[in-house]
Amino acid sequence: MINFFEVSETNKMIEQEKLDVRTITLGISLLDCCDANLDALNTKIYDKITRVAKNLVSVGNDIEREYGIPIVNKRISVTPIALIGGSACKSPEDFVTIAKTLDRAAKEVGVNFLGGYSALVCKGMTQADENLIRSIPQALASTERICSSVNIGSTKTGINMDAVKLMGEIVKETAEATKENGSLGCAKLVVLCNAPDDNPFMAGAFHGVTEGDAVINVGVSGPGVVKHALESVRGENFEVLSETVKKTAFKVTRMGQLVALEASERLGIPFGIVDLSLAPTPAVGDSVAEILEEMGLESVGAPGTTAALALLNDQVKKGGVMASSYVGGFSGAFIPVSEDQGMIDAVNRGAITIEKLEAMTSVCSVGLDMIAIPGNTTAATISGIIADEAAIGMINQKTTGVRLIPVIGKDIGDTVEFGGLLGYAPIQAVNKFSCADFINRGGRIPAPIHSFKN
Amino acid sequence: MNKTIITVVGKDAVGIIAKVCTYLAKNQINVEDISQTIVQGYFNMMMIVDTGNSAVSFGDMARELEQLGVETGVHIRCQREEIFEKMHRI
Repeated sequence: MINFFEVSETNKMIEQEKLDVRTITLGISLLDCCDANLDALNTKIYDKITRVAKNLVSVGNDIEREYGIPIVNKRISVTPIALIGGSACKSPEDFVTIAKTLDRAAKEVGVNFLGGYSALVCKGMTQADENLIRSIPQALASTERICSSVNIGSTKTGINMDAVKLMGEIVKETAEATKENGSLGCAKLVVLCNAPDDNPFMAGAFHGVTEGDAVINVGVSGPGVVKHALESVRGENFEVLSETVKKTAFKVTRMGQLVALEASERLGIPFGIVDLSLAPTPAVGDSVAEILEEMGLESVGAPGTTAALALLNDQVKKGGVMASSYVGGFSGAFIPVSEDQGMIDAVNRGAITIEKLEAMTSVCSVGLDMIAIPGNTTAATISGIIADEAAIGMINQKTTGVRLIPVIGKDIGDTVEFGGLLGYAPIQAVNKFSCADFINRGGRIPAPIHSFKN
Repeated sequence: MNKTIITVVGKDAVGIIAKVCTYLAKNQINVEDISQTIVQGYFNMMMIVDTGNSAVSFGDMARELEQLGVETGVHIRCQREEIFEKMHRI
């Protein structure tokens, strides 16, 4: 029988260490909504989302109340819209009408974000893909809750450098289109390599074409719990450190698995995966950077940071896979700058640069995330950063992403405020040397030799 | 069997257990286990109850006990047992 100590431990994790389920994300296939008539397509999309997700928020709230565990977000991901709108949309403007429909559906069912305004172009772009990508600035500027992602490379296909070039321009245009709000549109746009089909976290969530009609994916959190557990093993060796992270990750993930199964049963929708990520928030004590500092770094960014993060990421996975029957999504530690107070502090004290963050992304999920850069950064430079990050993903057979915010009108020394879970960020310096001739070559970077496993 | 864990935390006062148990008895909720400590004047109690024959829904029970806690000056929380079971047992 459950004892007093165990109950207190769990409740202390929830109340004092900010343990929560970060998101229940309902994946919905829109493949059966395809129609050559744009109005009919929009109607079908709205009807399907509002029908399938009707009870998502209320079921989430019930589970939250009955188990006493906060479920911070209830969200939806849909089939990449470039596939759905292919026959109906003849221009970027046509695609924007779908973005507005999705936004309306998201508001109707009460979810705070809906992901899947996406295109998968890791090898080539269809006209529909290109139209969708070109519509992103307008779509993000005219909606509130839509998240967009574009997959521009994979280990199997190499990197589509035409798409990388285009995305540098699109990130800039999105920043410009939303400059009244601190270029907020870019916080809802991520460029991915090796994008997973079942990721529940925004902005990169979409419902892959290999998925069923609807699926429940859950993302857990709990950096504060790991940090607190590590406080009790200060000065101990790496074996003890690793064991402590692993055991904590197990407990956190078991809770995620329970919530996922409950949500699945109550909604009558199959359970997909639990995403084992450590997702920070701007709240004090909910920081991945603080975990690394607790391991013995004066500041995140100091030499040793990449090794500490590699250990953390690996032990979270080892503890997590034991706790859940299906894991997927990003699964690892997130290191978004604006969403993690410890990261923001490290930038402000000059301890961490974009180059160090890039090194860190080679050992964790997911990439250069929520980094504010000067508004006058060129599109080619942004494409260069995307290409670097995609190369890390392609060669290491892992997911990487880039979510940069070139804040129009701001420069190094300024700060931009996004609000809520998106936090705030100091503008970080970008390498000033040009990569334009490299980006302008066009074409594809071939798939790496280790992709040929047949 | 529908087991629920009720935790009561707050400043010690006369009759806390009595009030909670009266509410439970009135609603056909059986108490299976109680453990309780007082540390530096702070009252800490955990009850395992069976709500299989409960006259009220889980949501109402949680709300009414929370309200009872507010009146008594303590924090009362109801959670289904599975969350602890999953987290601490393989």
